[in-house]
Amino acid sequence: MENHVLLFDLAQIAALLVILTLLVKPLGSYMARVYQGERTWLSPALAPLENLLYKVAAIDRDQEMDWKQYAVAMLIFNGLGVLVVFAVLLLQGWLPLNPEKFPGFSWDLGLNTAVSFVTNTNWQSYSGEAAASYFSQVLALMVQQFLSAASGMAILMALIRGFARHTAETLGNFWVDLTRGTLYILLPLSLIAAIFLVSQGVIQNFSPYVKTTLIQSVQDAKGNAVTEQTLPMGPVAAQEAIKEVGTNGGGFFNANSAHPFENPTPLSNFVEILLILLIPAGLTYTFGRLVGSSRQGWAIYVAMLFLFIGALATLYLAESHGNPLVQKLGVPGISMEGKEVRFGLGGSVLFSSATTGTSCGAVNNMHDSLTPIGGLVPLMLILLGEIVFGGVGSGLYTMLAFVVIAVFVAGLMIGRTPEYLGKKLEVMEMWMSVVIVLSAGIVVLVFVSVALLVPEAVKAMANPGAHGLSEVLYAFASTANNNGSAFAGLNANTGFYNLMCAAAMVLGRFAPKVAVLAMAGSLVRKKYVPPSLGTLPTDQAPFIIWLVIVIVIVGALTFFPVLAMGPIVEHLIMRGGL
Amino acid sequence: MATSTKASKGIFDPRLLKGALKESFKKLDPRILWSNPVMLCVEAGSVITSVNFAYALISGKGDPAWFTGIVTFWLWLTVLFATFAEAIAEGRGRARAEDLRKTRTEIQAKKLKKPELDSPYDLVSGQLLRKGDVILVEANDMMPGDGEVIVGAALVDESAVTGESAPVVRESGGDRSAVTGGTRVIANSIVVRITANPGETFLDRMIALVEGAKRRKTPNEIALEVLLIALTLVFLLVVLNLSPVSIYSARAAGQGQPVTLTVIIALFVCLAPTTIAALLSAIGIAGMDRLFQRNVIAMSGRAIEAAGDVNVLLLDKTGTITLGNRQAAAFIPVAGHTEAEVAEAALMASLTDETPEGRSIVVLAKKEYQLRMKELPPHAESIPFSAETRVSGVNIESRSYRKGAADAMVQIVAGQGGVIPPDLEGLVTEIAKSGGTPLVVSSNADILGVINLKDILKGGIKERFLQLRSMGIRTVMITGDNPLTAAAIAAEAQVDDFLAQAKPEDKLRLIREHQEQGYMVAMTGDGTNDAPALAQADVAVAMNTGTQAAREAANIIDLDSNPTKLLDIVEIGKQILMTRGNLTTFSIANDIAKYFAIVPAALISIYPQLGILNLMHLASPHSAIMSAVIFNALIIPLLIPLALKGTKYRPMPAEKLLIYNLLIYGVGGLIAPFVGIKLIDLLVNLI
Repeated sequence: MENHVLLFDLAQIAALLVILTLLVKPLGSYMARVYQGERTWLSPALAPLENLLYKVAAIDRDQEMDWKQYAVAMLIFNGLGVLVVFAVLLLQGWLPLNPEKFPGFSWDLGLNTAVSFVTNTNWQSYSGEAAASYFSQVLALMVQQFLSAASGMAILMALIRGFARHTAETLGNFWVDLTRGTLYILLPLSLIAAIFLVSQGVIQNFSPYVKTTLIQSVQDAKGNAVTEQTLPMGPVAAQEAIKEVGTNGGGFFNANSAHPFENPTPLSNFVEILLILLIPAGLTYTFGRLVGSSRQGWAIYVAMLFLFIGALATLYLAESHGNPLVQKLGVPGISMEGKEVRFGLGGSVLFSSATTGTSCGAVNNMHDSLTPIGGLVPLMLILLGEIVFGGVGSGLYTMLAFVVIAVFVAGLMIGRTPEYLGKKLEVMEMWMSVVIVLSAGIVVLVFVSVALLVPEAVKAMANPGAHGLSEVLYAFASTANNNGSAFAGLNANTGFYNLMCAAAMVLGRFAPKVAVLAMAGSLVRKKYVPPSLGTLPTDQAPFIIWLVIVIVIVGALTFFPVLAMGPIVEHLIMRGGL
Repeated sequence: MATSTKASKGIFDPRLLKGALKESFKKLDPRILWSNPVMLCVEAGSVITSVNFAYALISGKGDPAWFTGIVTFWLWLTVLFATFAEAIAEGRGRARAEDLRKTRTEIQAKKLKKPELDSPYDLVSGQLLRKGDVILVEANDMMPGDGEVIVGAALVDESAVTGESAPVVRESGGDRSAVTGGTRVIANSIVVRITANPGETFLDRMIALVEGAKRRKTPNEIALEVLLIALTLVFLLVVLNLSPVSIYSARAAGQGQPVTLTVIIALFVCLAPTTIAALLSAIGIAGMDRLFQRNVIAMSGRAIEAAGDVNVLLLDKTGTITLGNRQAAAFIPVAGHTEAEVAEAALMASLTDETPEGRSIVVLAKKEYQLRMKELPPHAESIPFSAETRVSGVNIESRSYRKGAADAMVQIVAGQGGVIPPDLEGLVTEIAKSGGTPLVVSSNADILGVINLKDILKGGIKERFLQLRSMGIRTVMITGDNPLTAAAIAAEAQVDDFLAQAKPEDKLRLIREHQEQGYMVAMTGDGTNDAPALAQADVAVAMNTGTQAAREAANIIDLDSNPTKLLDIVEIGKQILMTRGNLTTFSIANDIAKYFAIVPAALISIYPQLGILNLMHLASPHSAIMSAVIFNALIIPLLIPLALKGTKYRPMPAEKLLIYNLLIYGVGGLIAPFVGIKLIDLLVNLI
């Protein structure tokens, strides 16, 4: 690999991490103000709208909810979301804004897609430009990209309040958190992002698809000359912005962020990566601020950063060594299969790490084409529960569940009944954090087992053998953890996968969410125990390292056998040239 | 202090081992094992492999029968080791309970008609006594039940209950009125009102506690168990997942065998946190037992764990921080007199003074000034201390020697026409400020000087407070002294804070204040007026010499009545938690090596490339799996001594302690099985 390429990649990675770290505090403290219900510099513009919404929906913004009311509100809201999206997708043939006259979705695909967008997964078994009308894209899918993100952040806020308040009952008002998150955080950020993306060449229109004559005709498989190409159009920039900002990942086009209309330039690529990481990283500071010690937030940020850099370095090394089988064919150098030349290795691996470390799932390169160890990295980032830096809201609450487990064991090791942020961790907290941390993993293990025993599911693999196993594993990892990216090569638009994936998405999203609220409900009632010399300091290096070890060990122990039979054996075969 | 029956119950006492072995087989009953879900899963696995073994013997299909047989044998041993660990921990308690029960033989009680010493009585069985009955207990009688002395005073031998051989005084009224069933009156007669029905006495409760009959899991134990159950469930799914994965892979690769049921179960048992699950209940039982060895009885495991969390300690000054009594530390002359003159006069004034203070003056005078012991002259007249005069001394012929409180002495001397030395007042104030008690000494109407009576700190107490501070525990000294004296002693003992001129209600208020700020408060007490504060404190240690009220309000009882025990209790509480945490970390860290042993062994027939994961170069797939299973089983008995003794607690800041334990149990847990499994593999292949 040439030195200047390496230098450029390193510079790009360094620049991203520096800019991200610099933005953590300003964005984090802004979000803290938003969720505290304080005035912000956007209030003059947005407060009237906000108040109007509460008035129309008859919501008393001062009416606080306990964890059960909060959970019921969240479940009802998301349940309605699934129904609306499902209806729109099934009926899109009769609905307006459908210049290409796409018919309605099949029921299993429609259900899969509705669940997928409401759960912030954005697993796409359909091809946006070939199946979804503008109406569906904007009013069903894009709306849920905002609401699923805001709903994830609301749950996190309930948990943070559980830590921050003591001897109380209530955790805030779900409707207010949802509204303020959308209005004050997601909308402004998306607006700025969309305008920037348009400047880079991302399209934003409602035009019919454009037919252009090719400069040079090509031949199709049957040898007929092809002289025309259809260019899909659409309101891409708007969806692209929230796709990254809300760690949704549902692309307008099938090729997602590899498509030039979604992600045209290296600069747009850089900004999209930044947008994916921005809110999750900022939320660590929001957390620290709200629990009264920004150091606690930074400690979690550092743990995340540590894991991110580790994953990125592994991925980069694996890809830069290239594929010896391809190299034997006379194509030397790094592995560029499935990558866009305009992003290069650095722009691709950064995107892959960011999109799988969060619950985003947008892709700018084909993860299926990564080298085995290269593919293992995104897979593992997803399987760890997407906590680097995590989905908006969901990443941090999952991370906090890991923190609870790490504190519990470490607390015992120093001879105290464990406590975190002044709250004693007891039976309820343990139950809920193991549900939060392990439910997605349990879904993955069970569903992969089922898929491997169902002939129809095995038939859907394009590559039987170790790689096929990786594809199935990736599909359920991605859906159960609400990522949404895919190892292509698996034909997932079958009745089996549509329904199994939908089930995985629902379980992987709502089981932890309800558990988070139950834990918050238990924490908020506890009294505050002030720290002393005997208290485990959770903002110091030893604990941060311990946290990282716990995360890696839990992930490794849960998935080592299946990973050994998938990517690891694939790597050994590739290296052995068998 | 402790009798031999309590002190010498070693872990490997053959009598205990035999009993525990029998008990451990009984505990294999799934209905009993139910309380340990992780081991119950292991037992279920053992049953399945047993069936598998029988099937292999009959049909000759699947894994070779010898392999399934050996794995099955060691899986059963794994369960047995776990039940054995619990049985041996309980066995030690049971042996002690047996000793206690021996003291509870049938006792005849003298039930009085009226609560008077000379009232007539009926002889009834001790078992028939009810709360409120009044009995007579005379010299050499056994106390038939718990009660309160209402008339008289007696010398009582409590060694059967406390192990303390020196008899104690029990008297009506005040803080030393409680008597315990099973103790023996040595001298005098007393009238006792029974305060507990048979089966509910202190001794009964103690036996139940020590036996572990009433042992309930503590919340922390349950929380840890939740984690262990969750991990077990995940590992169950991991190994179950391995079956379809290997079936699919074998078909796709066109070679090799899917993993067999025996291998799946072997892998499951190795991965499940069996080490900590096997030892978890033993750790808790052994902790209570260790407390008992130090003559402390905790009413619940929860109380001991709470002790580990304590961050504020309220300690009475007298008896805890300082020796019970003040002692003479120096003789300071005034107005041209010499030290020797002061010493002599002080000695003379104290010749008949039998109080500890008085004796300490005699001792100091003899030691420092080589004054010969003078026989008390025959005409000497002793003037005892009284609350009115606040002065004591001796009149020998025409000379009078006096010592006493400064203001009282000044008054007396002035009354006799003596001169008050000008430097006296300054000296007295100075001594008071430094925490001492000044006693002015006079001979006739002449003030010679001042004795400095000082509180003497208990040996090593300062170091213990230093340790406590590094553990993050604040100590608060409680004393009836004036603030000046209290401050001086607090500074000398290096306690963090003090409460001077404290009344019982001040203690209660202080505890409430700390608790409202979220602190966990521990205190010791013995008097009835301590009871409300004891009831309020998170960890309340009552002295066994204390009143019934105090003992009932407390959740820990110290049979030796030694207030510094609180420090031991805190330490044991921490030890229990640490042992749990350390063994959990050890158990989970072990899994990594086990994966590297079993996964390549189980799957190598499908993908020979996986041989590279066989880091330990184990000889064959079968020996690899057996070695992992054997290691997993053997580690349990190897760690039983650690579980029973508890991991050592070193007072150091939390962060350092975490690093220290992580290095030993985390890194150690990572490396140990690599070495252990390799060694077992070498041995297995030798055979």
